[in-house]
Amino acid sequence: MRLLPSRLLLLGISLATLFGAIACAQPSAQPAPTPTVAPKVATSKADTPAARTPAASAPTARKIVIGFTASNTGAQNLPSKKQTEGLQLWLDTVTKAGGIKLKDGTALMPEMKSYDDESKTDRVQALYTKLINEDKVDFLISPYSSGLARAAAVVSEQNGKIMITTGAADDSTMEQGFKNIYQLYAPGSRYLVGAIDLLKDLDPSARKIALIYEKEPFSTSVVQAAQPYARSKGYDVVLFEGYDPGTTDFAPFINKINATAPDAIMGGGHFPDGTTLAKQLYEKKVSVRLVALLVAPPEPTFSEIGDAAEYIVGPSQWEPGVTYSPDAAKAANLPWYGISVKDFVSGYQARFNSTPSYHSAGGYAAGLILQKAIEDSDSTEPAKVKATLDRLNLMTFYGNVQFSIEAKTHGKQVAHDMVYIQWQKDSANKLGTKIVWPPAAKSAGAQLRK
Amino acid sequence: MNIDALSASIVDGLMIGFIYGLAAMGLTLIFGVMRVVNLAHGPVIAVGMFAVLLLAQNLGLNPYLGLVIVMLLGLATGIGMYFIAVHRVIDAPELTTLLATFSVNLMIIGIGTVLFSTSPRALDVSLGSVRTGAVTILGTKLVADLIAVIATVGLYYFLYRTRAGKSVRAVANNRAAAELMGINSTWILALSFGIGIALAMGSGSLLATLFSFTILSGTVYEVKSFVIVVLGGLGNPVGALLGGIVIGLLEGLATISPLPVGWVPVIEFGVFVIILLVRPTGLFGAR
Repeated sequence: MRLLPSRLLLLGISLATLFGAIACAQPSAQPAPTPTVAPKVATSKADTPAARTPAASAPTARKIVIGFTASNTGAQNLPSKKQTEGLQLWLDTVTKAGGIKLKDGTALMPEMKSYDDESKTDRVQALYTKLINEDKVDFLISPYSSGLARAAAVVSEQNGKIMITTGAADDSTMEQGFKNIYQLYAPGSRYLVGAIDLLKDLDPSARKIALIYEKEPFSTSVVQAAQPYARSKGYDVVLFEGYDPGTTDFAPFINKINATAPDAIMGGGHFPDGTTLAKQLYEKKVSVRLVALLVAPPEPTFSEIGDAAEYIVGPSQWEPGVTYSPDAAKAANLPWYGISVKDFVSGYQARFNSTPSYHSAGGYAAGLILQKAIEDSDSTEPAKVKATLDRLNLMTFYGNVQFSIEAKTHGKQVAHDMVYIQWQKDSANKLGTKIVWPPAAKSAGAQLRK
Repeated sequence: MNIDALSASIVDGLMIGFIYGLAAMGLTLIFGVMRVVNLAHGPVIAVGMFAVLLLAQNLGLNPYLGLVIVMLLGLATGIGMYFIAVHRVIDAPELTTLLATFSVNLMIIGIGTVLFSTSPRALDVSLGSVRTGAVTILGTKLVADLIAVIATVGLYYFLYRTRAGKSVRAVANNRAAAELMGINSTWILALSFGIGIALAMGSGSLLATLFSFTILSGTVYEVKSFVIVVLGGLGNPVGALLGGIVIGLLEGLATISPLPVGWVPVIEFGVFVIILLVRPTGLFGAR
């Protein structure tokens, strides 16, 4: 059989396109279990009354297994690594302290079980099923990013397993009426609200905002909430448009932004595209007064793009300069729990030789909140831990944490506040981040782009 | 449509178009000479990206110097690939060669994922920029365009002015007749495949100086290359360059149109289908 060249080409392109789709979606061969570092202790799967009878009341150590996937590879690699490092530091701290103590003297020694999800949704679904059904983990932590966390949340909810989500701010996931999912991050709908307020404060003459976003759940939910807020503040949203995940050439998109002559550009998506977009905005000398991008700016490695990082603003769930403390908790009439900001930062730097980002803090805080819930429940029984999480309202090094108990938004974060950082040069011409918003938390005044 | 945005988009479209053209040139050469649709084209482009990155990171080589080495490596790799995967099935029905190159595609992606993961990588190259009005021209893109033009002229010279190039054309026209004239068609086919792979890897190296990439990044350029090959005329290197420019311009202009950016690929593939229906030999191919 001989094919006409044109038909052969058509067949070729069909196969290439099909392969492209498969390559982006297919799970890879073998997951790589990550060994845990916790000491070996006796195993117990459930905190049954029988396990805590007087006959067995002598102080014992039991292990609890916390399962999660990390994006060791793929687009979410960098923030996911930071998140895992934060969780690892929490594990080290708890292990060093002799575990999570119950009232009968039992020490629960947490261990971690994790796999590489390759930043792929279908892999997350398969691996969380494996964590629940084969590895029999006790509690779950979400993967990094809203898209992956949403996939994990569905599996977790279907299996009635408690999961703390961190690195996931998408509103819609937490508006499904899930009963076992608890969100640590301030929701995406609040990400750009402060940036709009900052623009208003910094440059009252600004009128036009371009909202651009990566077409995936988190970024979309952020800009969908930012658009009505910007309008309510009197801004004209001159561009509201998404770009495909994985975009590397923003040149045509930047030309489209320029055509609308905005005063500010807000949006973005995740680390790779945010970094690339900031670099190309600088290279193309785009003249706007404020650029606020999601996720990428608070990462310390954002400075690798050099001068392109200067003036970029980014919303952050947490920064090393935040002022949460036992005194602040007292002033807010909230209980304080856990490590101080200073100890977290120094501990992280000593362990990983790098500055913690908000993703790192989120990882640590996920473990910390779970620890607090188990301690207050005096149990690992899911129903008791869930009831405690529902009641929780406290301040930690990470800030305020409280979950919604409304049926539709159950588990959604309602108390945590965002801060906004800006990359600025100091007197030695060295780039660094400053907290520029809100006024109560700022360490420096925000600067308009020149 | 604002005139500033229009001029900036035309310039950007032109500049990226040259690089698209270079990326498609290898595909069109291989197809033109041996009627083989190389489905490993995208992964080979990605290999070029990683090759120049490794040379820069491990040997400290300037990426543009690394490009020469990458293209030489590509030539050798392509000849090897021809003898391993294509030669034995060259006379089989076209679907067989399609599957053979698809197997190579899968192998490269598999090995590349194991070695490099799918995390984004980037080469830090900056050659400054020039701004005139609303138009900003990046030094890296300008150099990449110059190299694309030099490669096209070089390929044209090779095919029309050298003995080996004339042999390539003779084999492309009529392999049996070329063999009767004493041309070793096996080696000419291997050489053509090698040049095609060298061009693909070279374009990958240039793309690495512009954008971040992963081992899967080549697929995007492979799909664009198919459109460009059809547009430019099957087996026509100069047509590929012109086709690349047309696609680059189309992308630039479609993006600034009132249509959402998500429509750009729809427009590109719409053009692809129309060309296949109306003029299957391509805009710049012989009737």
